[in-house]
Amino acid sequence: MTLAVENLSFAYGPRKALDGLSFTLDPGSFTALLGPNGAGKSTLFSLLTRLFTAPQGRITIAGHDLNKTPLKALAALGVVFQQPTLDLDLTTRRNLLYYAALHGLTGAAARFRADEVLATLGLTDRADTPARSLSGGQRRRVELARALIHRPQVLLLDEPTVGLDAASRRAITDHAHQLARDGTTVLWATHLTDEVSPTDRCLILHRGRLLADDTAAALAEGTTLTDRFLALIGASA
Amino acid sequence: MTPDPFHLSTNIPQGGPGGGARPPGPAKGRYLIALKAILHRELSRFLGQKSRLIAALVRPLVWLLVFAAGFRAALGLSITPPYQTYITYETYILPGLLGMICLFNGMQSSLSLVYDREMGSMRLLLTAPLPRGWLLFAKLLAGTLISLLQCAVFLAIGYAWGIRPPLMGLIAVIPALLLTGLMLGALGLLLSSLIRQLENFAGVMNFVIFPMFFLSSALYPLWKMAEASPALAKACAINPFTQAVELIRFSLYLAPNWPALGWTCLATAAFAAAALYGYDPARGFTRSKG
Repeated sequence: MTLAVENLSFAYGPRKALDGLSFTLDPGSFTALLGPNGAGKSTLFSLLTRLFTAPQGRITIAGHDLNKTPLKALAALGVVFQQPTLDLDLTTRRNLLYYAALHGLTGAAARFRADEVLATLGLTDRADTPARSLSGGQRRRVELARALIHRPQVLLLDEPTVGLDAASRRAITDHAHQLARDGTTVLWATHLTDEVSPTDRCLILHRGRLLADDTAAALAEGTTLTDRFLALIGASA
Repeated sequence: MTPDPFHLSTNIPQGGPGGGARPPGPAKGRYLIALKAILHRELSRFLGQKSRLIAALVRPLVWLLVFAAGFRAALGLSITPPYQTYITYETYILPGLLGMICLFNGMQSSLSLVYDREMGSMRLLLTAPLPRGWLLFAKLLAGTLISLLQCAVFLAIGYAWGIRPPLMGLIAVIPALLLTGLMLGALGLLLSSLIRQLENFAGVMNFVIFPMFFLSSALYPLWKMAEASPALAKACAINPFTQAVELIRFSLYLAPNWPALGWTCLATAAFAAAALYGYDPARGFTRSKG
């Protein structure tokens, strides 16, 4: 597996945000992490990206223990955060090159990778546009392009479609699925069931615990995923 | 994805079709590449904001050109090291105002760190595959270089105004200003690790900047303060900002001040260590409900 989470627990004071969470993701898979607001998705992402560490549990990324060899683990990780993280004063390309440098890429190599991901995301004609002038959907695509510039094995997306119109949402979800087909392991956190395809693996997280782990089609069981999701989180409320 | 013709130059092996994990062990060059990128980003951001440079200079210039002119008559200064003759009040407060530039810039850098954290760009930085200490040092150094730039412009204006330390002093003061910038930047970094929200920042600024500046030798010599209040003079003497200002003052006049250097180094190390602790992922500075 490319990503393994074992018995992960985390609390903000007395409130448990994650409670013994375990799951693994296979290479080249797309997995939706579905949960209502406050389910623990952002906490999980903060732990996966080592913004902070958990006192209990273990995270392995591309075979590297995040606690023992954090730099190797982080190098295999690409992240699109929920919050916008583009430098609006820089052009699209400069944003990408800055991130590439943080991953040790510079000069012609970085420019090549930047052009490559911009072309993949259909942003070539926006390469020299200041990020401030981009639409919300374009900014998100730039953030996705940036997360891919070092060719990570694992891509984490934390509610990447928040605030986007339907077309932009579709473009981003389609692209994330394509990345998984191309071999990248994708973990997509969302609270919107319509972003999940029937064949997607779906982890349902609620109050820090995993309520279900199956394909969206299997979870729906003849009804809709939305109904099933609401029933699950309602039942555990 | 297409094959990467620069594969060999980057030493990044390609994994599966979408893969490409970094090789084990960080390459030395990667540290410098990231440092250069962070310095370039921060400096170009500063140079792109001309209003920030003007705002940074207006404050000390008002003190120098207005406040000092008014106080010149009121405050008599005797000959004390490193000065070898009677000096004007403007000459006396010049090092303190250089310290003030570093102080405000250090605090402004920490303010921007709190802002970056709320806006998410700090997350981006801290998830880079480099030691967190190195990433924070890069931010610290960038802020210090910005302080140095502001000080250079301020010294040039002061020089044109007639406040002229020895020319060699203008060179000798550079390391002192760098150390002062690092010390105050590290303090700002520490504060930014403690402050959860931007709204809390103004209050902390009042509790840090004003006491630090006024309880120092920036505006009045300690012997003068001792005449008014020995207790306050003692408080001034233990203030790291006083030591930094004295280091700047003595360096500017090419006189060694080892105690000031020692205390400033010590304070820098202490603030940096505390900031590093504040940003320790196990402690979780970025923790917020998620």
